[in-house]
Amino acid sequence: MSTFVYMTRCDGCGHCVDICPSDIMHIDENIRRAVNIEPNFCWECYSCVKACPNHAIDVRGYADFAPMGHSVRVRREEEKGTISWKIKFRNGTTKDFVSPITTKPWGKFIPKLTEGEKPSEAEINSQMLYTEPKGLNIDGELPSVPKDSFKKGVYY
Amino acid sequence: MMSINPYAALAETISPLAIQGFILAMLALIVIGTVVQMIHHKNVTYFFNNAKKAKLTAERELGVGEKTSVILKTVVHDIATTAELGVGKRRVAHVMGMYGTILFWVASVVLVFVYTGTGTAAPTIWPMIWHIGAIMTCVGGYWFWLFLRVDVLAEAHPWYRIIKADLFVLTLLACATFGLAWSYTQSLNLENRWDDKVFLILYILSNIALFGGVYWSKFAHMIYKPGAAIQKNLAEADGSRDNLPPYADAPKQFGLGIKREQPKHY
Repeated sequence: MSTFVYMTRCDGCGHCVDICPSDIMHIDENIRRAVNIEPNFCWECYSCVKACPNHAIDVRGYADFAPMGHSVRVRREEEKGTISWKIKFRNGTTKDFVSPITTKPWGKFIPKLTEGEKPSEAEINSQMLYTEPKGLNIDGELPSVPKDSFKKGVYY
Repeated sequence: MMSINPYAALAETISPLAIQGFILAMLALIVIGTVVQMIHHKNVTYFFNNAKKAKLTAERELGVGEKTSVILKTVVHDIATTAELGVGKRRVAHVMGMYGTILFWVASVVLVFVYTGTGTAAPTIWPMIWHIGAIMTCVGGYWFWLFLRVDVLAEAHPWYRIIKADLFVLTLLACATFGLAWSYTQSLNLENRWDDKVFLILYILSNIALFGGVYWSKFAHMIYKPGAAIQKNLAEADGSRDNLPPYADAPKQFGLGIKREQPKHY
């Protein structure tokens, strides 16, 4: 899946450019409207879909599990603190949801990595990721699944 | 300067018919550019297909009266005040540039066709409208182009980076700027010096670039954006809403909401 932009609705405000965590929403040089420059790098986080004040961004589903006629659309009303979803299934069934939107201020929960301690060589070569295992809120080592518990004859 | 018809002095050296012919040629360029763009980009086909799709998912059929009311409301609220841009500097700059351009163009047509070479002096109001229109276009346009343009504001590109999408705004700004400079140098009584002629040539060239570049530029957004606003509001009224959810009936526990920030967190 990846996002795409309805050009008639987009007014080139730049909110999607600002919020995209993959940095793939950019401004087209010919018409100054938003465009997903790298659809295969889109992780369908819906950040841009929700941030767009003109509802100009939609997500295209893969044909194998979301063929023809489905739709997932969002209306974000920040002054009310609501985010509404309309899910339309391909058999015509629709579902509507309303949720509160996050009120976290910009940048407040972004770790300031440049101000942190420089990792040692051992930490760099470790299998552990940043803040692991402490950040996972677990004691000791990462949990593992023993290979002999795998189903035989099934390959993943 | 503000109360002088800049075309009146020009009519002493160039036939008024030639000036009128130039304006008609520019109108023809707009029509040709828009029609070729419509055929090539299939914008109108897209609009009609979208309207058909919306009709299929409509929850109720709108009567002629309701449709007219929605269209009128869209014209007054959305189009006349560019409501699409929300509240903020972009909207103020756009409204200023939009009305400035309309005043500038309308006054140009009136001054050339009614008061140039006809022996009737233009009443002060029309040259005033021409100059005020050009000044408003410059203020709104330069504000937008230098500071508010999305490539500068959200993408953090430098203001001097020029792309194809700038063709419309830059040629429009060139028209207004060179038009004002031409009018100003004319008013200085420089006794047939080169100054006003240079600005006149630049004014003519920027007009040719603006109207001749309709096919490649964003000129047609003046036609398509109002069309899209009407289609959007009709879709809201008939319940199809482009598959969007209805407006939320916000429960109290959702809090007071948040304030949208400017997209400049690069």
